[in-house]
Amino acid sequence: MAYADAHDDHGPQSFWTKYVWSQDHKVIAIQYAGTAILVGLVGVALSNLMRLQLGFPGVFKFIDPEHYYQFVTMHGMIMVIYLLTALFLGGFGNYCIPLMVGARDMVFPFLNMLSFWVYLLSVIVLMVSFFVPGGPTGAGWTLYPPQAVLPGTPGASWGIVLMLVSLAIFIVAATMGGLNYVTTVLQARTRGMTLLRMPLTVWGIFVATILALLAFPALFVSAVMMLLDRLLGTSFFMPALVSMGQVSEYRGGSPLLFQHLFWFFGHPEVYIVALPAFGIVSDLISVHARKSIFGYRQMVWAIVAIGVLSVVVWAHHMFVSGMNPYFGFFFATTTLIIAVPTAIKVYNWLLTLWRGDIHLSVPMLFALGFISTFAIGGLTGLFLGNVSVDIPLSNTYFVVAHFHMVMGVSPILVVFGGLYHWYPKISGRMLNDTLGRIHFWVTFLGTYAIFFPMHYLGVLGMPRRYYAYEGYEFIPPSALHLNTFISVVAFVVATAQLLFVFNLLWSLKYGRASGPNPWRAASLEWQTPDTPPVHGNWGPHLPVAYRWAYAYSVPGAPEDFIAQNAPPEAGGFEPEPGHDTATRGVPA
Amino acid sequence: MRGGEALLRSTGVPRDGHEPPRGFEAMRGRPRWLIDPVSVGLWVFMGVATALFSLFLFAYVMRIAGGDAAAIAWPKQVWLSTALLALAGIAMQRAARTGPSRDEAAARRALIAGGLLAMAFIGVQLWTWSILSQAQVRLNGNPMGSFFYLLSAMHGLHVLGGLAGWAVAVHAAARGDDARAARLTRLCARYWHFLLFVWVVLFAALAGITPELAARLCGVQ
Repeated sequence: MAYADAHDDHGPQSFWTKYVWSQDHKVIAIQYAGTAILVGLVGVALSNLMRLQLGFPGVFKFIDPEHYYQFVTMHGMIMVIYLLTALFLGGFGNYCIPLMVGARDMVFPFLNMLSFWVYLLSVIVLMVSFFVPGGPTGAGWTLYPPQAVLPGTPGASWGIVLMLVSLAIFIVAATMGGLNYVTTVLQARTRGMTLLRMPLTVWGIFVATILALLAFPALFVSAVMMLLDRLLGTSFFMPALVSMGQVSEYRGGSPLLFQHLFWFFGHPEVYIVALPAFGIVSDLISVHARKSIFGYRQMVWAIVAIGVLSVVVWAHHMFVSGMNPYFGFFFATTTLIIAVPTAIKVYNWLLTLWRGDIHLSVPMLFALGFISTFAIGGLTGLFLGNVSVDIPLSNTYFVVAHFHMVMGVSPILVVFGGLYHWYPKISGRMLNDTLGRIHFWVTFLGTYAIFFPMHYLGVLGMPRRYYAYEGYEFIPPSALHLNTFISVVAFVVATAQLLFVFNLLWSLKYGRASGPNPWRAASLEWQTPDTPPVHGNWGPHLPVAYRWAYAYSVPGAPEDFIAQNAPPEAGGFEPEPGHDTATRGVPA
Repeated sequence: MRGGEALLRSTGVPRDGHEPPRGFEAMRGRPRWLIDPVSVGLWVFMGVATALFSLFLFAYVMRIAGGDAAAIAWPKQVWLSTALLALAGIAMQRAARTGPSRDEAAARRALIAGGLLAMAFIGVQLWTWSILSQAQVRLNGNPMGSFFYLLSAMHGLHVLGGLAGWAVAVHAAARGDDARAARLTRLCARYWHFLLFVWVVLFAALAGITPELAARLCGVQ
């Protein structure tokens, strides 16, 4: 374990300790990302099955209403929890944090390894639910009681139990990982790496992890209590009711309590996914526009402010559940206030691009795509944050369009951008550029073609979560044609993702050698003595950070970037009012 | 045990043999490495557990405000278990005492006592369960009872987790690794105090927040 000394420790040697039971943050990151991408492909396949029914209703006989609801539920839960959360925190968090703060590993490597294996267990439990009697739950990803556990809902026997158990296991894994990420950021930064010199990627992941640590317990509480309702007959959430002609044993439970707990987790969850994306996209834009990030400190405080605000907005998901009008006013107000720090970030990204030396590399394309989709998704959030507008739009395709643009498409574009950006460091090879560009344009234009029309469907009043739409007078035939178009595009976009997976695998062997720093980036992860970095990351000596990670296009510098660990004489210190930049940056 | 050892082992950067942990953050002059990463990790975990139990308590208040809950008479065993956990905390605090007067043998005895008292706490909690069960307080009956079983079980799981850490400390002490044992004992002491605090808050809420009070708090009465 004391792998800092290159002379007497060479890290794990056997295949099993190096690649399977690995405690190396980089291997664990790849394990997390690989598992998340695999399960994400299942989520994409499920969305395509839904689109088969919606685009071509009744044609595919095997998609009956029960299966349809199971696809909806599993697609939502897989994408939000098992793909995006796991990939951003377990994948990017594990890979980037130690390398970017100049540490040799996470502070608790064994706990880190456990985190991955427990995560894998949660995925396996979830996948097993496809094969149990009755199949997976079809309760919708929000799992609202009482319907989630009552007969008549698909998967009410085994599926819901496995879903809740899987979520509880996932939360244990996320907590193990989260303890590591937070403690590593607080305690394992190298000399000179002050908090306000950390790359925004680390800031985003750091604050998102704190949110996860505080919000996931709400999901844990609701999962445990619903499990007890389902298995042991308690009535935490289940009211007295008659189900399928039978008087149930339940009495007095509060479905509304579940909604509060679920959304106390559910809304921060949006930012658990979004904040790492904000951080990563900031770094991508700065590196690929060869320009220091505009308003670094604003960006940090905006991340913190969004994190704080995100825990006081949850009931905007419950406007139609009924609440005291003053509460509705409060939650609408807090929701709209979040637009302020969010808008600051968007403006700062644009101002970073302004007069930058923009390289339209594949990671940059994805970053620019993100700004576009995030702005669209954010703006429709302003509609839905207002109670009076939300109520008519609630449960329509407008909501589907909004959350897919803002927390589906946007973060996944950043995932792709991040993978294209850091793949050379991870593998030592470049991803194929042509395949990458095809992947970007099909994904970017395709997702717009899928989700933009859904706004119109929503304004038309088309309800979401319906299995079939024939026979409703207020839904014109053109809406059904639009659905067919959306489905066809969805199949094309899904196919393009296979191209990406192929690129990932093909480039491992045949990709062009990248060298240590193909993007000429300034942050520490690109300054490792080996590419890919070996166990312990830094060789005999840890790097020392003398400046921020955004020293690009510094006037008078020999190159258009100055590495974070370049000697102080190289200049390029972070702007900080009230300090003499000529003497700053030298660690004590 | 080996896994537990590794679980608590921290790499941190000070392991770099070539760069001794001089430990001053560049711009702030803060002696960063004087803080044990495991200690920071424990603080963070206690924050997570606080969030968890707070949410359980909010759920408790909202649920028992529903009109079908009835206060239950608490058996005296609950007071006994609370006293045992308090004694466990006192013993652990004695074990963690530092300074020139520290007696390693006495500290070891106190450490053992702290763990055994925590185990006794678990035992008495289970006894309380059986007493309540005999009094027809069912998990699937009166929500006050449901919450007592649920909250005491969740708290008990956290005590068991603490006992796993305690076992690692005892192992270090048994091997004669006094420095490591002392460090882990200090963490155990902090966690024991936290467990007591959580339990007292939970018990106070279960005993003090009656369905009527909860209904008033939630504005439904």
